[in-house]
Amino acid sequence: MPDQFEPKIVAFFCNWCTYLAADLAGTSRLKYAPNIRVVRLMCSGRVDPQFVLDAFAKGADGVLIGGCHPGDCHYQEGNYKALRRAHLLRTVLREMGIEDDRFRLEWISASEGDKVRTVVNDMVAKVRALGPLHLAAKPTPQVVAAHAHSITAAAVVGGA
Amino acid sequence: MSKPKVGFYWCASCGGCEEAVVDLAEDVLKVVEAVDIAFWPVALDFKRADVAAMADGEMAVCFVNGAVRTSEQEEMARLMRLKSQLIIAFGSCSHMGGIPGLANMTDCETLLRRVYQEVPSVANPDCILPQERCEVPQGSLTLPALHDTVSSLDQMIPVDYYLPGCPPPVKLIKDAVSAILQGAMPPKGSVLAPDVAMCTGCPRKDSKPEKLLVSAFKRPHEIQIDPAKCLLEQGLLCMGPVTRSGCDAACVEGNMPCTGCLGPTGRVRDFGAKALSAVASIADATEESKIAGVLDKIVDPVGTFYRYSLPTSILHKRNRHEGNGAH
Repeated sequence: MPDQFEPKIVAFFCNWCTYLAADLAGTSRLKYAPNIRVVRLMCSGRVDPQFVLDAFAKGADGVLIGGCHPGDCHYQEGNYKALRRAHLLRTVLREMGIEDDRFRLEWISASEGDKVRTVVNDMVAKVRALGPLHLAAKPTPQVVAAHAHSITAAAVVGGA
Repeated sequence: MSKPKVGFYWCASCGGCEEAVVDLAEDVLKVVEAVDIAFWPVALDFKRADVAAMADGEMAVCFVNGAVRTSEQEEMARLMRLKSQLIIAFGSCSHMGGIPGLANMTDCETLLRRVYQEVPSVANPDCILPQERCEVPQGSLTLPALHDTVSSLDQMIPVDYYLPGCPPPVKLIKDAVSAILQGAMPPKGSVLAPDVAMCTGCPRKDSKPEKLLVSAFKRPHEIQIDPAKCLLEQGLLCMGPVTRSGCDAACVEGNMPCTGCLGPTGRVRDFGAKALSAVASIADATEESKIAGVLDKIVDPVGTFYRYSLPTSILHKRNRHEGNGAH
């Protein structure tokens, strides 16, 4: 299928578990969809909701967060914070018209290379089914000087 | 030497910002003594033509409040930019989009249908909607066009400074006016308020526990609010941790939680994202079902976290395009 939609997915993986799992998937020569762009962070708790929104605003069709299983966080409770934030963020994204399948949080330990493959493949398939995310561009100020003449003239002609 | 000319204009706003100017009380006389008010539709009888007749940059400073929603507001904003050396976005709506900015959760068509047809108190059997042009025996009548998206002032024109707040606190207005008169302004683009969180100066700061955990979020009418205790600790959604200070914690002093009208501190790009992050972090639950139990009690998360800042947030409006798998 030459013109199949290829979603762009930004993946925030924690340094201690999921990033190592992705590494393991690589060294084990597991094949998975090449649609994810991995960003390594120290902890899933470091994923500021602003990062997720920014990824969507800058063209991502999906965002995946990978962290250590509950109880396994290198920083004790970073992944619990990630879980709570993800829950509230998903509610907000839903209200903002971004479908649930575009945002996913998964616990993948360093030994679960195969889970990286299944999660990524599954997410890519789901986002592909949703299609591209068309977010409207944000308005930016236009150069005033270019309009200067017409405004003055229009305003004078328009009177009060 | 002639006095510097000053203008005030309002776009999509409630009039509360104009009240804030009146709240200067006797000090407004000092302002009038020092400057020449050249345009202020709410109080003085100058017309658009008077502004249009000015030389470019003739006004020293113009305070513009309100979000930009209509073609007329956009045109006036551009005119003020042209005629004024400094533009100050005055108040939350102008600064971040404000309450009118929440209309970005819907589109014009839905909005007009709701307001002019569906609202229970409206009787409009012929389904008449406002038109940009309407012919009557006396001639044709026109209305400004409604934009589909509500914008902050700086999404329409370049803005020099921001006076935050809904409305801006009197102290911040006074400080800004004296800074302008003395020519002691901070770098362009600054928000004219302290760049620290509200909690820093909160009178209830000492009652905030070292580790804050909330097992149930509540709305102000659901509890008897303890006037001495940290509002977050009482389960109320106080935006103090993410909101810029400068209001002397007026709402908290009034025993109500901060709603975030002064906007975020300087390093934050998206107030709502930071607010939801702070609130989710203190939810006292670690299992998915319990987390839902605590956080799903928050009524209208977008309206709560983005109350004043939806148009300037990263997503800025509700996405109305359905994904298209057949692309």
